[in-house]
Amino acid sequence: MEPAVLTGEHFLNGDVACAEGALAAGCRFFAGYPITPATEVAEHMSKRLPRVGGVFIQMEDEISAMAAILGASCAGVKSMTATSGPGFSLMMENLGLGIAMETPCVLVNVQRAGPSTGLPTLGAQGDMMQARWGSHGHYEIIALAPSSPQEIFYQTITAFNLSETYRIPVLIMADEIVGHLSERVIIPESSKIKLQSRPRPTGRKDRFKPFHPGPNGVAPMAHAGEGYMVHFTGLTHDERGYPAMTVEAQTEMMDRITGKIRRNLDKIIQVERYRLEDADVALVSYGISSRSSQAAVDEARERGIKAGLLRLLTVWPFPEDIVRELAKRVKGFITVELNLGQIHLEVQRCAEGRAPALLAGHVGGSAITPEEILERIKELVSQGK
Amino acid sequence: MLAGQVMGLAACLSDHLEATFTQSYGPEARGGACSAQLIISDKQIHYPYVRNADILVCMSQTGYEKYRQMLKAEGTLIIDQDMVRSVEGATGDVFPVPATRMAEELGRKMMANIVMLGFVTSVTEAVSLKGMLSSVADSVPKGTEKTNIAAFNKGYDLGQAMLKARMKKAAARL
Repeated sequence: MEPAVLTGEHFLNGDVACAEGALAAGCRFFAGYPITPATEVAEHMSKRLPRVGGVFIQMEDEISAMAAILGASCAGVKSMTATSGPGFSLMMENLGLGIAMETPCVLVNVQRAGPSTGLPTLGAQGDMMQARWGSHGHYEIIALAPSSPQEIFYQTITAFNLSETYRIPVLIMADEIVGHLSERVIIPESSKIKLQSRPRPTGRKDRFKPFHPGPNGVAPMAHAGEGYMVHFTGLTHDERGYPAMTVEAQTEMMDRITGKIRRNLDKIIQVERYRLEDADVALVSYGISSRSSQAAVDEARERGIKAGLLRLLTVWPFPEDIVRELAKRVKGFITVELNLGQIHLEVQRCAEGRAPALLAGHVGGSAITPEEILERIKELVSQGK
Repeated sequence: MLAGQVMGLAACLSDHLEATFTQSYGPEARGGACSAQLIISDKQIHYPYVRNADILVCMSQTGYEKYRQMLKAEGTLIIDQDMVRSVEGATGDVFPVPATRMAEELGRKMMANIVMLGFVTSVTEAVSLKGMLSSVADSVPKGTEKTNIAAFNKGYDLGQAMLKARMKKAAARL
């Protein structure tokens, strides 16, 4: 057996760092179908998992890959898949099943430019709204956005912890640039990595109700084969897990699956503020675009423009309150992302007309440059005069 | 592209600098003018792509045509002299290196990039010699470490000789 946590200093690309983060988080099952630019996640897991006592399966497609990780999780194993573009679309149906069955797992999307086959080898951030609403019905989701190999390592651990704590599939919305970028990655000692596990049942097995929520709104999870009564279905179900075709059952289930997220926003949402204290112009960005934004903030400051950056580590749930607060004091927002305006719509919504909200967007295929962002900053400043 | 990875590894893990390595990933990476971009800095690197290159290493004519505009006016251009025939428009220092030929003489044309790495290490001092030697040994296929280190040293020595000759010439002018 090989150590699961490769403590030390490494020079890794984002995809490999993601796989190492998963192993450090205790992931022992990966099912996937290779697709550029996420292939290296699967490739690395296929080498490492068998050496740490885990299981890797290359499935026939992304539909079954998503199904397989739900099954493995229901059996009690921390599970992950990784995909991109068309594969992410194929996973949407079973992502919804994971939400309805309240099954912890992690889905990594190393985004490439779409729609359809698009630009397989080039980066974009065009799936951000799909991450929010890509499966049918109304639900809550957690999505994180890493900006470097080091960050994807940590975020993969965070993703597992959140998925276990709230019994929900968690998305890592990376992109081709971060996936293929090599940088220093420091892997801490395993004793320094805090891991969370799903709440587990206690008490009489015959009285167990698999969807009866605990104190934080999350129901303890029994694993298949442990002797507890378990029943999983995508149909609306009652606390016993049995299908219940009534408005009351739907209301109760929806309150549980949305409430466990809505009522714990402060524990879930993470943002980073960069030179934002006295900023007139607030950039809002995430993932690779947030790095271009940091460079643009520095360049704007050199020109005497007070710019700052709100970096979203958690994109979903969207940090509404933080943006609303900012809207009261900044002169304007610029959302920086590799699409033609997705998170921009959220920023606009939360700015509520208090401050103008512009977009520094891009069709995808390359990173947005600090110069492009600086142009938008200047535009915003001149609008204010 | 391996060359970029090797140098990034040395800068990051041996020299303890910040290093960001990106590479062409499209079909051009399987036979075409592709590039490896490496930024080395003592500060945190935000934007991971090279905007004004201090050093441009070209192993092919099409590579030179495609990427020459990235090099600063006073930047250092290093070319494989048998692969890049014309360096039209070059305004800074130009170092011609017979890297492919030297690698062929060592028995493996594939090591041209390693010869080139030795030369780049020698004339630019962007990363330490010690760091590069261990990085080359860690990055090449097992069993080929010795021949690759030999290739690296060949390039390194040529760089040292070329620098010495330039110094002599400059001193003579004084």
